[in-house]
Amino acid sequence: MPKLYSGAEIVFKCLEDQNVSHIFGYPGGAVLPIYDELKNFNSVKHILVRHEQGAGHAAEGYARSTGKPGVLLVTSGPGATNAVTALTDAYMDSVPLVCITGQVPTHLIGTDAFQECDTTGITRPCTKHNWLVKDVNDLAEVMHKAFEVATTGRPGPVLVDIPKDIQFQKGKYKNFMKIKKLNGKSHDNFSQKNIDELIKLISKAKKPIFYTGGGVINSGPKASELLRELVYVTGFPITSTLQGLGCFPADDNQFLGMLGMHGTYEANNAMYSCDLMINVGARFDDRITGKIDEFSPKSKKVHIDIDPSSINKNVKVDLAIVGDIKSVLTSTLKTFKKSKNNFSKSNKHQISNWWEQIQKWRSKRSLDYIGSEETIKPQYAIERLYELTKDKDTYITTEVGQHQMWAAQHYKFNKPNRWMTSGGLGTMGYGLPAAVGVQIAHPKKLVIDIAGEASVLMTMQEMSTAVQYNLPIKIFILNNEYMGMVRQWQELLHDKNYSESYTAALPDFVKMAEAYGCVGIRAKTPEELDDKIIEMLNTDRPVIFDCLVDKQENCFPMIPSGKPHNQMLLGPKDQKEKKITGKGRTLV
Amino acid sequence: MANSKSAYSTAGKKQKLDTHIIVVWVDNEAGVLARVVGLFSGRGYNIESLAVAEVDQKQNISRITIVTTGTPQVVDQIKLQLKKLVPVHKVADFKREDKNVIFKEMALFKFVANNGKLNKAFEACKNFNPVILDKTNKSNVIQITALRREIDSMSKNLKKFGLVSVSRTGAVAMTRGSEIFK
Repeated sequence: MPKLYSGAEIVFKCLEDQNVSHIFGYPGGAVLPIYDELKNFNSVKHILVRHEQGAGHAAEGYARSTGKPGVLLVTSGPGATNAVTALTDAYMDSVPLVCITGQVPTHLIGTDAFQECDTTGITRPCTKHNWLVKDVNDLAEVMHKAFEVATTGRPGPVLVDIPKDIQFQKGKYKNFMKIKKLNGKSHDNFSQKNIDELIKLISKAKKPIFYTGGGVINSGPKASELLRELVYVTGFPITSTLQGLGCFPADDNQFLGMLGMHGTYEANNAMYSCDLMINVGARFDDRITGKIDEFSPKSKKVHIDIDPSSINKNVKVDLAIVGDIKSVLTSTLKTFKKSKNNFSKSNKHQISNWWEQIQKWRSKRSLDYIGSEETIKPQYAIERLYELTKDKDTYITTEVGQHQMWAAQHYKFNKPNRWMTSGGLGTMGYGLPAAVGVQIAHPKKLVIDIAGEASVLMTMQEMSTAVQYNLPIKIFILNNEYMGMVRQWQELLHDKNYSESYTAALPDFVKMAEAYGCVGIRAKTPEELDDKIIEMLNTDRPVIFDCLVDKQENCFPMIPSGKPHNQMLLGPKDQKEKKITGKGRTLV
Repeated sequence: MANSKSAYSTAGKKQKLDTHIIVVWVDNEAGVLARVVGLFSGRGYNIESLAVAEVDQKQNISRITIVTTGTPQVVDQIKLQLKKLVPVHKVADFKREDKNVIFKEMALFKFVANNGKLNKAFEACKNFNPVILDKTNKSNVIQITALRREIDSMSKNLKKFGLVSVSRTGAVAMTRGSEIFK
C-alpha cells in the first residue's frame, strides 16, 4: 500500500520534484490547506505579494531572468481574476508560468458560492492549457504535466485549479515521468535540406539582415552565443525586436539597434531594402512590420521559430525552419563551417555596398535628441544610468510607455535575460513586481525598474513586498507628470487634444518611499543627476528615484500609422534641419 | 488610407474566401469543445456548422467536424492553432469541392398537412434517402441525409407541403476509398 498524501502535500511534493525554490502568492479561503502545508516544505520559499497581479509579474520577472518557469499561488475568485492580466501578459510574451489557484469545494462548484468564479473558463484564452482537478489521484500527474506544457515548445502560462476539498483529500503521489511527447506539441523536426537552403540564401545575399527576437532568449543562453557566432562568421548586420535585446551585444558594430515603431532609422531602412531577411525567433508583430503590404517588399524571407503557427501568420515567408533556435543554429553553424570556411572575408566584397548604405543611414543618428542644461531630458537620464551601471551585471525591467522605448533605445544590453519588459500585452505596472521577481532570483545583482510615474502607480503596493524581503530594487521613475506615450499620440494624431493624459494629483514619490520604509531620492537638474544616481546605486535598500524630466519630450524616431519602414518620423533636430517636410506629420 | 488617425496599421487587401471542412480528433475531456470553439471565436474565425461526438470509447477520442470559411492563410492558421491545443491529436482539412471526400448532413422535417400533401412531401424528398420516423393521420416526421445546400433548398421548397419544423445536424465528413487520415 503506497503512502497517501493530502492534495496540499502533493502540490508541494510536485514543486519540490520540479526544483521550484520560490513561489509568489497571496493566501485566501480556498487555498488555505495549501498554505497550511507550507511550513513542512522548507525548500520552497513563499514570497507574499500585495496583489495577485504582482505575484504574476514577479513570477514573470523570475522566469525571464532565469529561464526557469515562474510559479504563483493564489486563491479562488478575485485571486484568480487578479492574476488574469499577468497570465495574458505571459501568454503574449511566451513566458513559462505555472499558476495554482484554489477553487471552492467540488460540491459547491456551479452554485455561485462565495469567491467562486469559472477560473478555467476565464483563463482558457490566456493560458496554453488549464486543468480543473476533480480527483486527488489525478493531481500529481496534472501538476507535472503543467510544468511540461509551460516549458515545452513555445513557452507560456498554464493554470491548475484545485478545489478546496481536493486539497484535503488523501491520494497517491506519482513521480514525474516523461512518458511521451505531448501529442506532438514539441517541434524540432527541421531537416538538413532546410539548413542547406538557408546557407545557399546566405551565400547569395547582397543585402542581408538578421532580425532576431525573444525566441533566442527563450531558447537559452547557448542560443545567444550561437547567434553571435553566426553573425560574426557571416559579417551580416543584425537588428533586434524589443524582446530580443541582449541576445547580441548592443555596442557591437554589426548591431543596428532595435527595429520597429520606435526603432532606429538604419534598422528599419535596412529591413525595408534588404534582399535577405533571416528572422530568428521573432513573430512579425504589427509594431515591427508597420504597413504589412509594403513590409520589406524586395526580400527573400527566412523564418526560424519553434511555433509552427507563427509561420506565415502575418507575413508570408520563403523558407520556414520550425525548431528550437539552439538546435537550428547549431546545425547551421556546423554546415556553414564545413562548406564556407572564411566566409566573412571572402564575402566582404559582396556586401560592402550594403554596409556603406547602412553607414549612410546610421549617420542620420536617429536616436539623437536636443540636450538641455536646465531640464533633465529623459534620454539623457537613461544614458547616464547606463554609463553609471554598465560595469555591473545589471538587470533592467520596465513599465510601459515612452520610458520603456527610451530604455530600449538608450540602454545597451550585452547579455540575454537582463531585459524584462512587457512587449506583447503592454502592461503598465509590469516593471515593479517584475523587479521583485528578478531580485528574488538574483539576490546579489543590481535590479532597476525604469518606470514612468503613471505606470508605476498601478502596482506601487509591491514596494511593500520589496521592503518585507529586503530586496534592494531601484525604481527609476522618469516623471513627466503625463501618460507620456498617450500624450505623444494625442499630440501627433489627435490635434494636441490632451484628453485625460495629465495626472494632476501625483503623490510625492520621496515621501511615499519613506512611508513604505524605503529610500526616496529626487533629481531635478541635469547637474545633480549623476550624483543622485550614484547615491541610489550606493543604497543597499529599495529606492524610489523620482527623476523630474522634460514634460514635452517625444519618443523618436517613430513609424507613423499604416506606414512602411522607409517612411519614418525623425526627431525634432532632424525636422528643424528640414530633412523631412511638415507633410510627413500631417500624414500620421 | 492616407488620413488614417489610427496608430495601428490599416487592413490589407481583401482576399477570396474558401469553404473548408476541418476535422479534429480530440481527447474527450471536460472543456475540450469550449477550447476549440473559443479558439475560433477568439481569433475571429467563422463556424458555419459543427458536429461533435465520441468515436472511440476505449481511447476516449471525440471527432469534431467544423465547416468554416476563410482565406487560405486563415485556414492554415486555424489548423496550426488547433494543433497547438493540448487535447488535440490530429487535424484534417478538406476543401468543400474535394471530390475524394464525402460530406453529409442529416435533417428531420415535420410536416402537418393532409394526406395528399404528406405524400407529395415524401415524394419530393426521395433523392435524399428519406425515412419516415413517425406518422399520424395529419402529420409525419421525415429524416433525410444530404448536402448542406440541398437541405437549405429543401427546407425552403417544402413549406408548401406543410413543413412546420426543421432540425438538422452539422456536416460530417469521411474520405472515399481505402485511405484513412493519419
